[in-house]
Amino acid sequence: MQVIVPAEEAKVRIARRVAREFDEQKRSMVINLGVGIPTMVAGYIERHDIYIQAENGMLGVGPLAVGKEVNRQLINAGRQPVTETPGCCYFDSATSFGMIRGGHVDATVIGALQVDQEGSIANWIIPNGRQLGVGGAMDLVSGARQVVVAMQHNTRDGKPKLVKSCNLPITGFCEADMIVTELAVFHLGGSRLVLKEIAPEISLDTLVRLTEAEFIVCANLKTMSV
Amino acid sequence: MIRPGARIMVGGFGLAGYPELLVENLAACGVGDLTVISNDLGSPGVGLGKLLTNKQIRALIGNYYNWNPEVPEACFRGEIEVTLVPQGTFAEAIRAAGVGIPAFYTAASVGTDLARDKETKEFDGKTFVLERAIHADVALVKAHRADELGNLVYTKTARNFNPLMAMAATLTIAEVDDIVPVGSLDPECIVTPHIFVDILVRRD
Repeated sequence: MQVIVPAEEAKVRIARRVAREFDEQKRSMVINLGVGIPTMVAGYIERHDIYIQAENGMLGVGPLAVGKEVNRQLINAGRQPVTETPGCCYFDSATSFGMIRGGHVDATVIGALQVDQEGSIANWIIPNGRQLGVGGAMDLVSGARQVVVAMQHNTRDGKPKLVKSCNLPITGFCEADMIVTELAVFHLGGSRLVLKEIAPEISLDTLVRLTEAEFIVCANLKTMSV
Repeated sequence: MIRPGARIMVGGFGLAGYPELLVENLAACGVGDLTVISNDLGSPGVGLGKLLTNKQIRALIGNYYNWNPEVPEACFRGEIEVTLVPQGTFAEAIRAAGVGIPAFYTAASVGTDLARDKETKEFDGKTFVLERAIHADVALVKAHRADELGNLVYTKTARNFNPLMAMAATLTIAEVDDIVPVGSLDPECIVTPHIFVDILVRRD
């Protein structure tokens, strides 16, 4: 299999691109970050008025804790020890999901196993008998105002993750608003997948070959900044 | 106070804010056939994970068991019954039980495997799924500090499900680091009012 962007570089590129999406909004935001690439997004956000919510009951999550900062009563939803930012606050899990379900959280960034061309997301389970857990993903994709999927374009063995129709169990139907991979940026418009940006390493033909989902190309297609 | 076959609720998220001492005691006394209602089940042999390792569990109702691979193993061997609930629905269902609401509608999980066989209803053109409240016989919660009446304050993300579970059981036992005289907690800072707490256990 041909590697276009090495995995580590791909993850950083995706995280940076998602961070830029929030930095460019001309307003204060509250965002929730899932585990994996989404957690990395926090490291690239430059604005100081973007507040990170953790669904286990914290608004104003700071960087990961190191050394003496580690407190086992202060963790994010991925169980990593974190720090506080000025103005941070704590609340119970029902209030936390009240924020999410009530549409108060501006955006959630999540990873995915598959996303289909209508924006349905599969990210909670591979039915292989070894997993049993759903987390807050179903609440987040149905409740957050904007759902950003941050994932590598293909699986480790080169299979498409952007598919015509998910064959893994669905987390939420038609919920994705934006999909960022190391090769492209898509928006969902009128339940159609629209290509907005393409990585400099590849041609449109190559992207089509690597993507099972059908998409239309935005008239104003841009090259992804890397 | 916890009999075989009881439904028990245990606070905590991962290893933050779970009643370590109460869970240790439950594991040591060996009471079995339990239904455990909790976000997760710790790690293998650690925290609530001990109850599974000891085969004290009949059923689990909760949200995320991938931190403890013994759970999927036991479930797929047919030794325990597991009901997965989306995390926000789980939190709200416990809150609902505590505040006298038998069921509620949410958009989370509509159309998915977790909403199978559940009633749905449309409101303003959008579909919602009906979720039942989750009640327990006994809640084991962890707080940072209590006063002698049972008013509770928490610390950081150790709060999580504890204040909700304190409301949702017939009997609530709170494990705390410290018990202070009545009147010495700032009334504006009390998170769980003492009406919800039956028994205090202090860690030494």
